[in-house]
Amino acid sequence: MSQKSMPNKTALSDKATLAIRQWLLNYASALFFIVFVVMWELICRFGKVPVYILPSPVSIVNAFFDVEFSRWLEHLWATLRVALMGFALSICISIPLAIAMVRSEVLSRTIYPALVVIQSTPVVAVAPLIIVLMGTGDMSRVLITCLITFFPLVVSTATGMLETPEELIELSKSLRAPRYRETWQIRIPYAIPHIFSGLKVSITLAIIGAVVAEFVAAEKGLGYFIQFSTSFFKIPQAFAGLIFLAVVSLVLFKSVQWAQQWLYPWSIPKNKR
Amino acid sequence: MTKASERAFVRMEQVGHCYDPAAGNMAVQQIDLEIHRHEFVAVVGPSGCGKSTLLRMVAGLLIPSAGKVSVFDRQVTEPRDDVGIVFQKPTLLPWLTVRDNVLFPLKHKYGLVTAADKVRAEELLAMAGLAQFSARMPDELSGGMQQRVGIVRALLLNPDILLMDEPFSALDAMTREQIGFDLLDIWTEHPKTVLFITHSISEAVLLADRVLVMSQRPGTVLDLIEIDIPRPRSSATINSPRFAELTARIRKHIYEPEVHA
Repeated sequence: MSQKSMPNKTALSDKATLAIRQWLLNYASALFFIVFVVMWELICRFGKVPVYILPSPVSIVNAFFDVEFSRWLEHLWATLRVALMGFALSICISIPLAIAMVRSEVLSRTIYPALVVIQSTPVVAVAPLIIVLMGTGDMSRVLITCLITFFPLVVSTATGMLETPEELIELSKSLRAPRYRETWQIRIPYAIPHIFSGLKVSITLAIIGAVVAEFVAAEKGLGYFIQFSTSFFKIPQAFAGLIFLAVVSLVLFKSVQWAQQWLYPWSIPKNKR
Repeated sequence: MTKASERAFVRMEQVGHCYDPAAGNMAVQQIDLEIHRHEFVAVVGPSGCGKSTLLRMVAGLLIPSAGKVSVFDRQVTEPRDDVGIVFQKPTLLPWLTVRDNVLFPLKHKYGLVTAADKVRAEELLAMAGLAQFSARMPDELSGGMQQRVGIVRALLLNPDILLMDEPFSALDAMTREQIGFDLLDIWTEHPKTVLFITHSISEAVLLADRVLVMSQRPGTVLDLIEIDIPRPRSSATINSPRFAELTARIRKHIYEPEVHA
């Protein structure tokens, strides 16, 4: 008797567990975020944590609205401008460079070590030198951003192009097609998913680059704003700037994802479209 | 035996190849083979015996380090225009529709595609039973359908020679049998000289006019078997005693190579 009713019972409870699991999967990160912020607020309120060590979420929100919106926009624009220009410059340099490196073994062997050297040199340490060399204008900040963002793009583009199935290269050879068509019609499209993962890494690095540059020399920008607020012990205001910066970075990251979905829907695995 | 009009279309004379001359071990050696015009020749052998090497030599993608491969009395020194290749995987381009995938060889070779080409692509797709899928993306098709698109793509330039490198090995058994008959239908309608690489003995016997049996690496010719089963062949062919005899003969070569060494 009990054996007969068993399967039904388990099936029912299995269904319930599945539903809970699905719900958790969907909302786990939101739930975690809310719990995290509430705990933070509680610790600050009842733990008597000094505001210059850890401001409470409420005081951060207040600090955000204490600063005029137009001033936020000014700082945002300064940072965004540099980050996007650096990112664009980086794309213009790294993708053609990757194509050239894939096509020419000699070039690849010549340039790759130099790229690794540039990548392993801490940009934060080089930034002051660049400012001395090129002045405190946008250009030097754009260059710093570009230096920090281009390596992942070169590597991901080249990797993608080299991962093209051998059969397709053979198809191209068997057709005796010109080499540039092999690059444009086969290798580059094949690299699109890789290029976009490189772009996603680079766009967040671009914000870091812009902020690093602002730390060295700037009179505007979110990085400058954070540094300036900290030096005046306006810690909630610094936190507000930091969170704003993180949100901007997140939006840029998402924009790259949306761009990929919109321009190259085929490049995203079917179950994630 | 060979009529003048049926002289060898593809000829291999004492062909051998060594991928790594320093190590000196041959991938294939002393291959002699003549394929007649519009003949369907299958090559079977254990994996790694150099079947695909043979195919690449006929395609002109690989120049043999010994001997000579010629097509229509001209030595093959580079890829030829009259060769279509079907690969093991369909290798369709995921960013192109089925029709544009079929048109890809033209677009890739000449950089442009005419309205007439598009009509021809649609006709070929219709012949392969894929007419209603021409606007779909490759990942919307089943594996068998994708491979049929691969075959249609190879037929686009109307090659005299169709080279097929284990084209059905990634498919499940039932799809595989069906697509084999589909291939025979296409071949009857558009006669081609076919070199068909496979590791399935029954597939080779079912499809081919002659079957070349190759040995373990270094690949040499163990036997060249005339498949005298009348066409058109169907699933009933598989149950015929002659089919059993022929497959048994090949199997013997593969599993007891020392007998013929």
